[in-house]
Amino acid sequence: MSEERYAIDVRGLTKRFGKKVAVNGIDIAVPEGQVWGFLGPNGSGKTTTIRMLCGLLNADAGEGTCLGYDFRTQSEQIKLETGYMTQKFSFWEDLSIRENLDFVARLYQLPKRHALVDRTLEKLGLKQRQHQLAGDLSGGWKQRMALAACTLHSPKLLLLDEPTAGVDPKARRDFWDEIHNLASTGITVLVSTHYMDEAERCDRIVYISVGNIVARGTVAEIIEQSKLITFTIEGEAARPLAERLRGLPGVVFVTFFGAVLHVSGYDRAKLDTALAPYRSDPHLVIRETTPTLEDVFIELQETNGEGNS
Amino acid sequence: MNGSFSLARISAMLGKEFIQMKRDRLTLAMLVGIPLMQLFLFGYAINMVPRHLATVVSISDPGMFTDSILAALSESSYFDVVKATNSPVEARRMLADGRASFVVNIPANFSRDLVRGAHPSLLVEADATDPAAGSYALAALPTLVNTALRDDLTGPLAARAAQTPAFNVVVHQLYNPENNTQYNIVPGLLGVILTMTMVMATSIALTRERERGTYENLLAMPTRPVEIMIGKIVPNIFVGAIQSALILSVAKYVFGVPMIGSFVLLSATAMIYITALLAVGYTISTVAQNQMQAMQMTFFVFLPSIMLSGFIFPFRGMPVWAQWIGEVMPITHFLRIVRGILLKGNGPAEVWSDVWPMILFLFAAGTIAVRRFRRTLD
Repeated sequence: MSEERYAIDVRGLTKRFGKKVAVNGIDIAVPEGQVWGFLGPNGSGKTTTIRMLCGLLNADAGEGTCLGYDFRTQSEQIKLETGYMTQKFSFWEDLSIRENLDFVARLYQLPKRHALVDRTLEKLGLKQRQHQLAGDLSGGWKQRMALAACTLHSPKLLLLDEPTAGVDPKARRDFWDEIHNLASTGITVLVSTHYMDEAERCDRIVYISVGNIVARGTVAEIIEQSKLITFTIEGEAARPLAERLRGLPGVVFVTFFGAVLHVSGYDRAKLDTALAPYRSDPHLVIRETTPTLEDVFIELQETNGEGNS
Repeated sequence: MNGSFSLARISAMLGKEFIQMKRDRLTLAMLVGIPLMQLFLFGYAINMVPRHLATVVSISDPGMFTDSILAALSESSYFDVVKATNSPVEARRMLADGRASFVVNIPANFSRDLVRGAHPSLLVEADATDPAAGSYALAALPTLVNTALRDDLTGPLAARAAQTPAFNVVVHQLYNPENNTQYNIVPGLLGVILTMTMVMATSIALTRERERGTYENLLAMPTRPVEIMIGKIVPNIFVGAIQSALILSVAKYVFGVPMIGSFVLLSATAMIYITALLAVGYTISTVAQNQMQAMQMTFFVFLPSIMLSGFIFPFRGMPVWAQWIGEVMPITHFLRIVRGILLKGNGPAEVWSDVWPMILFLFAAGTIAVRRFRRTLD
């Protein structure tokens, strides 16, 4: 443990916008070579945190290092060894795919640029379309191109801000395969996402809400920590039940997962009381289940603040 | 009825528009600022009958009437005697580099010839690159001198005063003898058109990156503010060069504007001017939030550039404060340079006094832009 080296090791990271505290003194330590998921509702401070780590925003307080460099004073060095993929596609849509990659390679002053871009295009499978404008690519392809571009300089740290928002499932899966490929070469990845399946692919998860980290650990640890008790209710009569259960003592939240109703709370006795009237209904199947990560996240979001913003 | 025309919908639309208008502070500022700016510029700064025109008196005759002529010129509101010299070369030089609008030559033996009744001539050389600027002053000059000398011509010389006139005033319209207004306006257009296009070109440089979201990416990569600035400015220098070539060709072949001076010198100074304008535009783009704002700010630059530079209205006719504003702007200096090179055939020595202010401006604008440039998204 003492030998473990951290790609990101910051404490008390704080950012204010006017009076609003966007990030409220958080600590993050990501060991080298791991893939960490960064979760939290919209506006919780994920993007702000990532931007502070790569020097795009000045932190109001906090100390620590990124890749061994002081993140507050050595952002130029950090930039050289970090790949940052923005939430919105931020490459030049009026440049071709090749021109974009070439531009990036030139800014980083990469040697044997031409061959490198060739290889990257080949690997991406965009060799045939290299002269197409980046703006003409579909969402999934834009994502892949952006990833290729921000890893062109072989960074040691990858910061990905909701990289798969609005991308189809197949492209998302390919994207994640690529992330794990990169991680296997020793790159550290911090990726923010709203997707549970993606969160489950991460080594560790950090959950942030209104600028504070409210949960962290592996998926199993986070579920364990939550102390949540969840019942599922299945059956044709389940649908109208949601409104009736919501607000009953002991019921913290009620959500549909497909046609299955999840009823969660902390107090087993109260939950049992709430569910008792429906146990006898032959059209309903009620059973206890291990809460899913999504249950836990909804719980975190409900108990920690703004809810959906 | 409800389907065709609805007051409720109109009021909804009005409500939304007023809210948006209120939120758009810069446009509101423009609605107030532009009229005020125009009122003050037209009302105070513009003067179609310029007074206090810089005048050099070249004295080749230290005779008894010289002092009277000097005093008369100084007292007149049309002329400001900035220098009295006995070197005709120096006087001519000041006319060429624009420090003076007139040279009044008092020829050798003027006093003697006047006393003898030989009708000597006062030779007035006028900078006619802007024909309108000096016409009123020139018209007033003979009367002025005549009145002054009448006081001197007393006693035995009273007879000379009675003669009308006791002397002649010969006016040489230098540089533009035909008083062709186009010769003044067309070279001036070079400066004005470049101001319009060049400032606009770079004013959207960063705002466009910002609007498209590519700015964040640019900042996340290892780029320095100066590198980004140079990258944004240099391509537009070529655009400016092509524009200049186009305008000058039309000036020469369509309007027949004379081109006496060195084309190389003109090109070199035009490059400095273009770069200075691009730096202004780039500074705007570090401030403006979006392209719309950038355009509005460009307009704020454009208005005084036309009004206070001496493009349309005689520079010397403006009050001193307006001249100071004018002196700060590169266009004022460039207009003098272009007219000087094309019409007067000025060389490096004459144009230098207008070149260094442009260079100074360029460096100041560049420094502000680099300092304004935010390396973070804060």
